[in-house]
Amino acid sequence: MSDEAVENSEQTDGAPESEESAEEVKTPPGEDLKEVVESAFPGAVLEQSAYQDDEDEATFVVGFDAIVAVATHLRDHGDSHFELLTDLTATHYPEAENPFEVLYHLYSIEHNRRLRLKVRIKDGQSMPTVSGIWSSADWMEREVYDLFGIEFEDHPDLRRILLPDNWGSHPMRKDYPLEGRGERIYTKPTRKEIGD
Amino acid sequence: MGLVEGKFSDNFITSKVDSLVAWARKSALWPMTFGLACCAIEMMASGAARYDFDRFGVIFRATPRQSDVIIVAGTVTHKMGDAIRKVYDQMPEPRWVIAMGNCATCGGPYANYAVMQGVDEIIPVDVYVPGCPPRPESLMWGVMQLQKKIEQEKYIRR
Amino acid sequence: MVGVANVSRIEQQSTVHGTEELVINMGPQHPSTHGVLRVILKLDGETVNDLDCDIGYLHRGTEKIGENITYTMFIPYTDRLDYIAAPSNNLAWVTAVEKFFDWEIPMRAQYIRSMVGELSRIASHLLWLATHALDIGAMTVFLWCFREREMVLDLFETAFGGRLTVNAFRLGGLHEDVPDKFLQLTQEFADLFPSRIDDYETLLTNNRIWLQRTRDVGIISAEDAMDLGLTGPIIRGSGVRWDLRRAKPYAAYPYLDFVVPVGENGDIYDRYLVRIEELRQSTRIIQQCLEQLPGGPVTCKTPRTIKPPEGEIYHSIENPKGEFGFYIVSDGTTTPYRVRIRPPSFINLGGLKKLCVGQLVADVVAIIGSIDIVLGECDR
Repeated sequence: MSDEAVENSEQTDGAPESEESAEEVKTPPGEDLKEVVESAFPGAVLEQSAYQDDEDEATFVVGFDAIVAVATHLRDHGDSHFELLTDLTATHYPEAENPFEVLYHLYSIEHNRRLRLKVRIKDGQSMPTVSGIWSSADWMEREVYDLFGIEFEDHPDLRRILLPDNWGSHPMRKDYPLEGRGERIYTKPTRKEIGD
Repeated sequence: MGLVEGKFSDNFITSKVDSLVAWARKSALWPMTFGLACCAIEMMASGAARYDFDRFGVIFRATPRQSDVIIVAGTVTHKMGDAIRKVYDQMPEPRWVIAMGNCATCGGPYANYAVMQGVDEIIPVDVYVPGCPPRPESLMWGVMQLQKKIEQEKYIRR
Repeated sequence: MVGVANVSRIEQQSTVHGTEELVINMGPQHPSTHGVLRVILKLDGETVNDLDCDIGYLHRGTEKIGENITYTMFIPYTDRLDYIAAPSNNLAWVTAVEKFFDWEIPMRAQYIRSMVGELSRIASHLLWLATHALDIGAMTVFLWCFREREMVLDLFETAFGGRLTVNAFRLGGLHEDVPDKFLQLTQEFADLFPSRIDDYETLLTNNRIWLQRTRDVGIISAEDAMDLGLTGPIIRGSGVRWDLRRAKPYAAYPYLDFVVPVGENGDIYDRYLVRIEELRQSTRIIQQCLEQLPGGPVTCKTPRTIKPPEGEIYHSIENPKGEFGFYIVSDGTTTPYRVRIRPPSFINLGGLKKLCVGQLVADVVAIIGSIDIVLGECDR
């Protein structure tokens, strides 16, 4: 790292451009990204939403058979270019028709944008893996499998990652009690050393 | 020292073998560092310059075979439990255990599926040091408590 | 016939002296795995052929706890995620929850948040430098770094009462204003610290052993780093000038002037230089915060019970380790429906295999040190 590199690093000002665009347009955030997706896969975006119309919270709901194609397209297309998979996780809604929501948080360093992709699946349904698109998905999918029991097809190495291999349940499901189901029970040790 | 006290010239000290052994043992406690979580950082701080644990004769060893006391510093999860038991079993007798912090004492703030509710579920604990995490001073207090305990142990006639 | 006999003897010898893959278990209690990380190495001689990380030894179910307690009660749990830089985690959580509301956080609180965040970055980088240097064999750096780290912890103690897990911030601002003594001591620290950074650099930057152990070891290109989702000083060490303090500013960072250092080669040495420069920049930010610190209240008016409207948000900040974020789903009640922690260490550690395969076994220790993981947040 040379000194010039430090000197040059006075980058663009922190304020994002989104402030100006927020005033003039009334379309929901992420409309341009939707166009990017729809141009290649018409009808792929099933729902579109954003919390309080925040640009960073743009969310697309995608069908589970389309997720790999859409994600690859979003990564490679010049207008989106989501080269980072920031986060991959899931949420459990036991009452819903499709109780599991698998979430992909994407980030583009080039455009400084975020996008959230959602896939809703049934209990016991397996997901296609995105670890071929972003290597970082490898561990995060293992974690989702560990904590939610969602299986990922064609995953290179689908094992439990956080809990012991023989744990037997998936604790982040809503029907799992916080205190656990008594997976481990110990007998208290007694002191058999010098003295007593 | 009763009968023999004062019978010898000044450069003789009379003592019980028990006290001598206990003094030797308590003055060179080598802990096996079992740093697990936040408490490990405070344990490292205890060993570093300002708190300087060496003056108690406490020198951290990274192997159970050369240590007298194991400081379980941090949250003990069920996954870690087996490893702790294995390390404890490898330590030579006599051996002592300090449970550092609330997590190792009773599970602390983590009353849930993954965390063992206190390391005393699997190994016998001599001194519990409270705090989340305990300050280095607290850990020193714990070590001094253990030294007091060692002083009172009898070796020749049990 | 003689030739045939010779060939068969050579074959025999090659089976006798042939190499076999050796499996080595490192951890979960190993002094240089920085916590309870277990690495299973497959070696051919001294070269690493394959590597498997076994984590989860510190999985404490923090996300599950978050779904069962209120938003305010979760702040102390965030302390214990990345416990080396606890105030940074508090900052991530409070800014994430504040995103649900349109509260106007007073500027004094914002500046103090930035300042304390940078102090925690210094504390984290100092611990990294101390242990990383200790792994490679430099004991002096360990003791020196801890000397300064104690000064930072004293500052936390002055302001918030705790040394390590400080529970620094509240939703809507701070619990109460920091004492004047804190500002005075911080000023003294900020004046002193640059000379101490020079001291570390005197010990390491041109040290021949340090250069041989770190230069051209554990190289990762910018493309690979993005593919692996690496964030923080690692991706900056590979030449990507990306810092969330710049890209998505929070707290008082829009008003502060600092540079984002980047490396060129993406090796351990560049990551070291990046972090050292970040130490200097953090000191600069603290100086600016102290100069610009406005007066006024430190907390805005918040409701007695925090009930965010229904919805979901993701918010992340630049922790010392990388992008640290929270994804929160609110169902309109006082407890979150879902709390997801986006852990930088977990995802950075996922790149360990890519970094280590083909390197020597002695370099694995150096590479783990250069990733700068903390298992509390990795396993959550």
